Amino acid sequence: MKEHSGTDRHSGTTPVLEIDGLDVRLPEGRAGRPILDGVSLRVGAGESVGLVGESGSGKSVACRSVLGLLPGGARTTGEVRVAGRDVLSMNRTELAALRARRVSMVFQDPRASVNPLRRVGDFLTEGLRAVGTPPAVATARALELLEAVGIRDPKGALRRRPHEFSGGMLQRVVIAAALASEPELIVADEPTTALDVTTQAEIIRILTRLRAERGTGMLFVTHDLELAAAVCDRVYVMYAGRIVETRGTDELFDRPRHPYTAGLLGCTPSIEPGAPAPRPIPGRPVSLAETPPGCAFAARCAHAVPRCSQEKPVLARHGDGLAACHRADEGIML
Amino acid sequence: MTRYLVGRLLGLVAVLFVTSLVVFGAIHLAPGDPVTFLLHGRPATPEAVAALRTQYHLDDPLAVQYAKWLGGVLTGDFGTSAQFHQDVADLIASRLPGTALLVGYAALLVALIGVGSGILAALRPGPLDRTVLIGTGVATATPSFVTAIALVSLFSVQLGWFPGPGGTPVGLSQQLYHLTLPAFALALTFAGLLARVTRSAMLDELGREHVEVARARGVAGRTVVRRHVLRNALGPVVTVGGTMLAGLLISTSIVETAFDVPGLGSLLVSSVTAQDFSVVQAITLLSVAAFVLVNLLVDLLAPLIDPRLSLHGEGSS
Amino acid sequence: MTTTTSTVPYRRPGLRRLRVLGQGPLFTVSVAVLVALVLVAALAPVLAPYDPEALDLSSSLVGTSADHLLGTDQSGRDVLSRLLYGARTGLLGPLLVVAVSTLLGTLIGVVAAWRGGWADTVLSRSMDMVFAIPGLLLAILLVTVVGSGMTAPVIAMAVAYTPYVGRLVRGIARQEKARPYIEAYRVQGWSGWTVCLRHLLPNIAPTVFAQSAMNFGYALMDLAALSFLGFGVQPPTADWGAMINEGQSAVQQGAMLPALAPSACIVLAVVAFGIVGEGLADRIAKRER
Repeated sequence: MKEHSGTDRHSGTTPVLEIDGLDVRLPEGRAGRPILDGVSLRVGAGESVGLVGESGSGKSVACRSVLGLLPGGARTTGEVRVAGRDVLSMNRTELAALRARRVSMVFQDPRASVNPLRRVGDFLTEGLRAVGTPPAVATARALELLEAVGIRDPKGALRRRPHEFSGGMLQRVVIAAALASEPELIVADEPTTALDVTTQAEIIRILTRLRAERGTGMLFVTHDLELAAAVCDRVYVMYAGRIVETRGTDELFDRPRHPYTAGLLGCTPSIEPGAPAPRPIPGRPVSLAETPPGCAFAARCAHAVPRCSQEKPVLARHGDGLAACHRADEGIML
Repeated sequence: MTRYLVGRLLGLVAVLFVTSLVVFGAIHLAPGDPVTFLLHGRPATPEAVAALRTQYHLDDPLAVQYAKWLGGVLTGDFGTSAQFHQDVADLIASRLPGTALLVGYAALLVALIGVGSGILAALRPGPLDRTVLIGTGVATATPSFVTAIALVSLFSVQLGWFPGPGGTPVGLSQQLYHLTLPAFALALTFAGLLARVTRSAMLDELGREHVEVARARGVAGRTVVRRHVLRNALGPVVTVGGTMLAGLLISTSIVETAFDVPGLGSLLVSSVTAQDFSVVQAITLLSVAAFVLVNLLVDLLAPLIDPRLSLHGEGSS
Repeated sequence: MTTTTSTVPYRRPGLRRLRVLGQGPLFTVSVAVLVALVLVAALAPVLAPYDPEALDLSSSLVGTSADHLLGTDQSGRDVLSRLLYGARTGLLGPLLVVAVSTLLGTLIGVVAAWRGGWADTVLSRSMDMVFAIPGLLLAILLVTVVGSGMTAPVIAMAVAYTPYVGRLVRGIARQEKARPYIEAYRVQGWSGWTVCLRHLLPNIAPTVFAQSAMNFGYALMDLAALSFLGFGVQPPTADWGAMINEGQSAVQQGAMLPALAPSACIVLAVVAFGIVGEGLADRIAKRER
């Protein structure tokens, strides 16, 4: 597949994914503020990167933009580059090739992701066949991957229908399908949220193992900061369509610089002896209709000063990563 | 599955049994003596009366009458037509091909127009969708005899493209040519209904996540529509389409009358007018049988279209 | 757990639905059409310029003129006057069908839902039976024995429409019965009939009413079809279906109005009933959300 395009010559140095100042706006009247406001993020080759935020933060829109899937009627500025090529300016054929070969997506609910009327084998090989892989080759590849994700009797599984699988097993199938095209990047949008707690850990284990073995980059989208920390090398925290903080997982946990990140960490319950009781973040997320002039988080922030609600903070280097907070330097205590 | 099938077949037999009771009993609903009713103004010669009493077993107790009549029906003996002095089964056999051709033609039109415009409306939101919606709204509110009048006045009288009512075409192509307006008149209402069902089934499927997943995997738009949207919308379309086939069968009597097509429907109507009771009985019974059979076939087809249904052991509710 | 943002489809057409026809000006216009129809039926003797049954063979098939706004039919009768009078039989038949089938269907549906058990089984199976026999066939069978006229078609259609109402009522009554408030009344010692009459029925009435409006349109079509076949309203009484039947031969001679005018009336009435029924059902669905 590498001979397909020249941009791969730099694949050692070019990140697999670079989002650069991405704005996504709905048509006038349907939303007050942009869904995404100057989002920038990168995923290096083979790197695992988390994108964390509450529902409504824009994380799903951001990760879908990687595949060129945008809300109807949306206007965009900025760039989304996969292996150096801008997705937003691709034509239909280029987009299809991108989706079929370079980037795969794993969605939240496996039940909803797989056409219930078609056989599992059909689902697994569909992406490959779409780009002209001979059916026999595609089937062999599907068998190999079913084995890799731990499905017993892969041959029989190919002929079965989705409703004959449990949710966890079906998500394994979805992961196998995502890996089938040997993509450079996997975008996983809350891949365990719809599953039972017991199967969640298994799915995460399979996903991280296979990704690491194959050196595939991953953008892991979740609302669960703990989960992101367990899976990712680096984490981006989103709030109201903006990246508010990004840094390596360890530092993020030890010393978050943005009060929102701190708040997310503070509301995770812990069973450690002597751990403080979880504290929820007061208030509610900013809706699409609202356009706060300053920091979008100011209204819910315990550390807000008058400047916060007047002037938007920009992402700036604090420690090893970036944070968008006027008081990031002051060393907020959790 | 077997239990389900047996249950459904028992239900079908029950419906046919009740229908046969109604069809048989109707004769006794008539005011006055059944013979007077059956004579329908013909001279009551002793021979005629005796013949009728024998044909309808009127001298036996009611239960025996029913048993004898049912026995005849089950062996294909529907009696003799008072209007045509002909064996009812033969009469029906001679009229069946015309009706079958008309219903088949109309069914084809319903499928093509209904499914086609439904798909188009679902895939092209905006003016086209709105046009289809309004068009189908009017089509479903237009009874077939109104369509018949409109088609005749436009295409036969004004433009002269197609023949009007009547005429005895020879050969299949001539027959089809003559049946074109009747088939459209029969099809329009049903096509409008099927278009709406198709459209909303397609829209339901278009909004499903697995459709977006397929697009996210680089499957071409046309392929996604064919393999995931159309294929999944097929269930309701086939179910409704099947019940429509039964509806077409019933509505032929109106269209055949409007266009003077010599078929079962026009035979039924003329038999009612002539109070040719054995013919009415036979056609009613056969129509209900066809109606429930088609519905059963549609229900049996459902698990083939949606394999999830076969798990539960029953087709549809 | 909210999942609203994580499934932003890039296209969500499922929301558009069939609603377009049931809202806004179309609904208002349809209500106005129905009101006008009722007024026309009531005031036909005042509005009609001629006696609808007065024959005048000397002025057969006269086109539109100042004397005859819609021309005359083959027997020289004024088409407009016949149309106006036709609204009477056109509305009366369906009204009877809908009234009887709604009453009967509601009764059967509520009893089946409320009693459950064998009563439900017997009633539901019986409705399935009737459902399996098409109304038009039932009417034709009845006409054969009773003879032509309004009686047989109206009885047959009322019977045929009952299971439609019955199934609908049974479904929503079962849902309603499962709601806590019904249980609360029962616990307070109210009798089943009282709870049914005072709480269950008023709550399901709007849905039944919306369905009845749609049934009205269908019944109008079916009865007109029977009149067209010559089994319903008998000549010389003015009726839209019968007028189309009589006007058929005139169409062949190029005189469209005697058949097309009643055709347009039928379509207009059925469309209006459909839109009003759909609109009402929509409004109820919205209110319950």
